Amino acid sequence: MVRLTGAILFFFASVVLPLSAESAPERKLTLATTTSTQFTGLLDWLHPHFEKRYGVRVHTIAVGTGKALRLGRDGDADVLLVHAPKAEKRFVSRGYGVNRRNVMFNDFIIVGPLADPAGVAGLADAPTALRRVSARKALWASRGDDSGTHKKEMSLWQAAGISPEGGWYLSLGQGMGDTLRIADEKGAYALTDRGSYLFFAARGKVDLRIVSEGDKRLLNPYGVIAVNPKRHPHVRYDLAMKYVTFLTSPEGQKLIGSFRVKGKKLFHPSTGSKAGKN
Amino acid sequence: MNFLLEGFREGFLLALRGDPEVLSASWVTIKVALGATFFGGLFGLPVGWFLASKKFRGRGAAIAILQSLLGVPTVVIGLVVYGMLSRRGPLGFADLLFTPSAMAIGLVVLAVPIISVFSMTAVASVDERARETAMTLGASSRRAAWTVLREARFGLVAAVLGAFGRVSSEVGIAMMLGGNIKGFTRTLTTGIALESSKGEFGFGIALGVVLMIIILFTNIVSRLLQRS
Repeated sequence: MVRLTGAILFFFASVVLPLSAESAPERKLTLATTTSTQFTGLLDWLHPHFEKRYGVRVHTIAVGTGKALRLGRDGDADVLLVHAPKAEKRFVSRGYGVNRRNVMFNDFIIVGPLADPAGVAGLADAPTALRRVSARKALWASRGDDSGTHKKEMSLWQAAGISPEGGWYLSLGQGMGDTLRIADEKGAYALTDRGSYLFFAARGKVDLRIVSEGDKRLLNPYGVIAVNPKRHPHVRYDLAMKYVTFLTSPEGQKLIGSFRVKGKKLFHPSTGSKAGKN
Repeated sequence: MNFLLEGFREGFLLALRGDPEVLSASWVTIKVALGATFFGGLFGLPVGWFLASKKFRGRGAAIAILQSLLGVPTVVIGLVVYGMLSRRGPLGFADLLFTPSAMAIGLVVLAVPIISVFSMTAVASVDERARETAMTLGASSRRAAWTVLREARFGLVAAVLGAFGRVSSEVGIAMMLGGNIKGFTRTLTTGIALESSKGEFGFGIALGVVLMIIILFTNIVSRLLQRS
């Protein structure tokens, strides 16, 4: 029994000690970002280039934009890649972040079930489309998580003059992938960025179609922000700035533009395009 | 149904092939769960033994508190430890948030009540005569305590393995404190959450299959230990 206990202790110790050694900070950069950049695979495409060049490990925390900004504010991340320009500018003007740059864009679209029970298809004006969904009490799946997409959705409801509530309005509190899956299962409409939708549609994972697109309000720019080192002296500001520079460099921009999922381009680099400026 | 079978088929294939992401998530899960179980046992076993064999004021209250801690949702533990480890929290300077150590800390908080309560039950259920007999045979009180622990060993092993199963299959704490960082803090359970949000059920089920294998393996080890 004593020998056995000894053996077990030894086994545990040999596993646990390396565990504590491993958490010693090498050169790591903590990136807080939105869910769409991660699960589409964009970051897995970009980061190896960056990591190799600077000998850094990027630790990606993928949450909604609201939560990502919060992580930056608390100093729990070094750099942010998010998509809510108004909130980003507020973040910078309050001194939480510095050196905000446009990185890329795509657009938001309204998707819905193939049968289009609310008759939204073809309406380019997004608020009109929302008014129709709510008038027919067709199911609507909302992120409900203070993400960039959720913030955009709320501003569209406001433009439509509706405060959405009732049994037809499903506030999910989930990431974009889960929201699209739930919309698909329940036959609901939803607002999504085009990248996430194409990621699912190109792989045949959802039976949802685009019902409304092209409204100017639906532009979806992504920005990168370094967390202010004056506020949080511990952040890895030098690495954060290397990341900002990398994403906005010709090389980074080219990489973003060449990212494809099943032949579909999900994100457009900001440089050289008017739509990217905001 | 077809879709589920397809998922399982893909799952077994990926697990068998030793996919690097599956391996990395398995390794993170095992090392964090072992670390948490080890420290959980370090605190929990003495507490369990103490509560079972000593009479003191407030013992009833201590037991009641530990037992109700068994029911605390893991997201609450995750949230509280997050508040401690965030840069804005009291332990923020240690730079632990979103590391395997942070997950292990949260999981220790989950494991301690489990191990305490079940080891207490194990020790308390040892026949009082075992200790008395040892004492009459001239054993010191330390020797007698050892005899009691020996008698309770099945229950103690079960308490520790139960805790291991719980911490390795937990998702709330691992997600909040680890951040689901690929190759660093992504465990089997947080990996499953991510893969299912991408609609990659096959990959999610692959991770689930590996998790079940790990837990099955620990239970086999437990049976072997109890027989020895």
